[in-house]
Amino acid sequence: MTTVETQLFQTETEDLISGSEAIAIACALADVDVITAYPIRPYDTVMQYVSKLKADGVFDCDFIVAESEHSQFEIVKHASAVGARTFSGSSGVGWFYAFEAITVTAGLRMPVVAMVGNRALDDPGAFGTEHNDALAVRDLGWMLYWVATAQEALDTALLAWRVAEDPNVLLPMAISCDGSFLTHSQAIVKVPASEQVRKYLPPYDRGKLQLHPDNPITVAPQVNEDWLMEIRRQSDEAMKRSVGVIQEAYQEFKEEFGRGDPSPFIEQYMAEDADIILVGMGTLALPVKVAIRRLREQGTKVGFVRVKFFRPFATEELRQALGHSKAVCVIDRDYSYGSPSFGGVLFHEMKSALYSLETRPLMLNFIAGLGGREVRVRDVNQIVEFGQQAMATGKIEQETTWIGVRE
Amino acid sequence: MSTVAVEVVYRGIFQKSLARNIVRNIVFAARKDGKIGTAFGRYGDSPERNGIPAKQFAVVADDPEELDEILAQYEPTEVDVTINVDDTMCKGVESWAWYGLQPINQLTKTDGTLIVTSRQDADSLIRDMHQKDSPFGLSIVKSTVSFSGLWVYKDDHTDVRILGNLCSICPQLVSLDSMLETIREQMGSETKVASAQKAYDIAVVRSVEPGEGNPETPYTFELPGWKSMEEGVVIRAIEPGGGFRGGDSGYQPVRSEVFKKYSTRSMRPVINFETCIKCTLCWLQCPDTCFDVTPDGLYDANMESCCGCGVCEAVCPVPDCVTMVGEPDFEDNNSQWEMWQKDKEGYNQWMMALVDKQKAETRSHGFHHVGGYADEIATTEEAS
Repeated sequence: MTTVETQLFQTETEDLISGSEAIAIACALADVDVITAYPIRPYDTVMQYVSKLKADGVFDCDFIVAESEHSQFEIVKHASAVGARTFSGSSGVGWFYAFEAITVTAGLRMPVVAMVGNRALDDPGAFGTEHNDALAVRDLGWMLYWVATAQEALDTALLAWRVAEDPNVLLPMAISCDGSFLTHSQAIVKVPASEQVRKYLPPYDRGKLQLHPDNPITVAPQVNEDWLMEIRRQSDEAMKRSVGVIQEAYQEFKEEFGRGDPSPFIEQYMAEDADIILVGMGTLALPVKVAIRRLREQGTKVGFVRVKFFRPFATEELRQALGHSKAVCVIDRDYSYGSPSFGGVLFHEMKSALYSLETRPLMLNFIAGLGGREVRVRDVNQIVEFGQQAMATGKIEQETTWIGVRE
Repeated sequence: MSTVAVEVVYRGIFQKSLARNIVRNIVFAARKDGKIGTAFGRYGDSPERNGIPAKQFAVVADDPEELDEILAQYEPTEVDVTINVDDTMCKGVESWAWYGLQPINQLTKTDGTLIVTSRQDADSLIRDMHQKDSPFGLSIVKSTVSFSGLWVYKDDHTDVRILGNLCSICPQLVSLDSMLETIREQMGSETKVASAQKAYDIAVVRSVEPGEGNPETPYTFELPGWKSMEEGVVIRAIEPGGGFRGGDSGYQPVRSEVFKKYSTRSMRPVINFETCIKCTLCWLQCPDTCFDVTPDGLYDANMESCCGCGVCEAVCPVPDCVTMVGEPDFEDNNSQWEMWQKDKEGYNQWMMALVDKQKAETRSHGFHHVGGYADEIATTEEAS
């Protein structure tokens, strides 16, 4: 829709920016058409930077500050239906307030890209990061990704439009950024040239599904039991297809921009020969990697696997990455009250993914860092000790352990 | 292993851009010296709230792995330099999420430096600060409090003067040449480069020895464990029905005993008990229920609860009965009514002098913004 040429981004540059700024810059680079906003911390930092980029004339878009999160997500859903590239986002209970719109966005196959600045759910009011907000869309047809650095936030946003808008996918994607550690910390980030991004990211073309007077269609009529299972099965298939599209898009990203991990779905850190492997998402990677480096110096064979895409879940890759290990310690920055292990959401997914292995590692769950509480290097060491103990005895005394909670 | 950490303690909204400019330029300058750095705000703070103490950090390291160790933490456990851009915070700070009073020099390393922008002298500032059991340096950048905030940026060179001073007192952080070059690039102003150079040239440090400063133990409380905490996210308040300051007569309103947040205050109300007509408006309208009712039916602002918003002054119908006065003129949170009871004439003279002094000043924050942005507003109006 908008075709204003960006004045910045003529060449690749380096800048000192936060994860939120990185996402805002990605919006400018991708020349997003419609952006909606409603303030809630920590997501609001993205809307601050988007409005600044627009005010500075760096890029043009319809930037709509809605009267609530619900309208915010309704607007991008509709904009996406008429062929606009869209971006929105929220945090914590704000994300939840938009839920009716969030479910239909996936149901109608609208490739909205959203940033979730992870925040603890109220009550009590707390800004700190917890993953339960974003995780709530796990069953709805949203692709869901956790980033660990500001660079990854920028890169993943570009990947997100490319994958979401692919005619073989047409599903929304949420990029989860840990509140504070990512949204409010500035690091040196490589900002690509807009020309590179244009090459990588073709315009959004909804084709025959586009709502337009020249293309008369009815979107989302009232249908009942005689239609619904087929519609659900289509979304299921689209999510399955997304796996291949992500692989291809990530490969091209690496070729175009010259950075990236071996896999788009998971990051492996000293895991290949590890007896104990820690698993987690997001910025948890920082203290975990620091701890692992120190433990490795002492000869402890410990590694880390970071789950990047939570949806689609990289079952096969995780089996390969973890199958050789003796103990898997899953660290959840979330909880699922009353769940099978009275543990975290990631833990149950991991257990399910590894169940069909012929020899299964021992599996332990740790609830840590809730509400943004710091996960310290010594907390990680404690988790590794639990893993070592299980490995030595061959059994699990206690499946789920809360780390860093005051008794 | 050599990382150098700097914190900037600032007031939310009013000084947010100032703090951000300082930490960002440190990281950019470090980059020129071949180092790597990060800049971040302390997340538990709420810098989008007027006047609340908040922090930003800059950490510079020799290589990325060293930096990881810092990034893995919520905030540094100690800093080489603390920069305080509002001298009233020398009394200590409670952030939005810090339930307890944190001395301004709490994170300052042994032999580290505290930079304060102030027109007060070193002795007055040290009287406000909590004692530390290790020595540190105090360097004053002579300046009134800069309101270089989120909405209106008062471009008064405070940021570059601090950066120049910083290069002198902490040469291991960044070189002066890199800093001046960064200022030139980021701000595009030779006068700012000159300001930084001058601040560098005149920087002096006064040593603060253990035992110097405020001997009080800063206010703190025990965080409960999950077994002892009340369920349902409940925090007990003061029991109702108590008298003035624990006595039998008067009335103490219910309020939380543990969430004080009085360090948000950079001004406080002083009360003229002689002219008060007992209309109750200050007592009713105070958002923090901070007015204790005295045995004689007057209203005494409890300085453990007051965050200095100025609503009481705004609603009081009697001229000069409630006046907001700059915090540097106070060294304790004692009851004004009790002072008045002990020595009415002495109190009245002291109070009147403060009111007169305030009339000559422009310092203001919170409910009022008297004069704070007058120049900027005039410029904007002229332009439009």
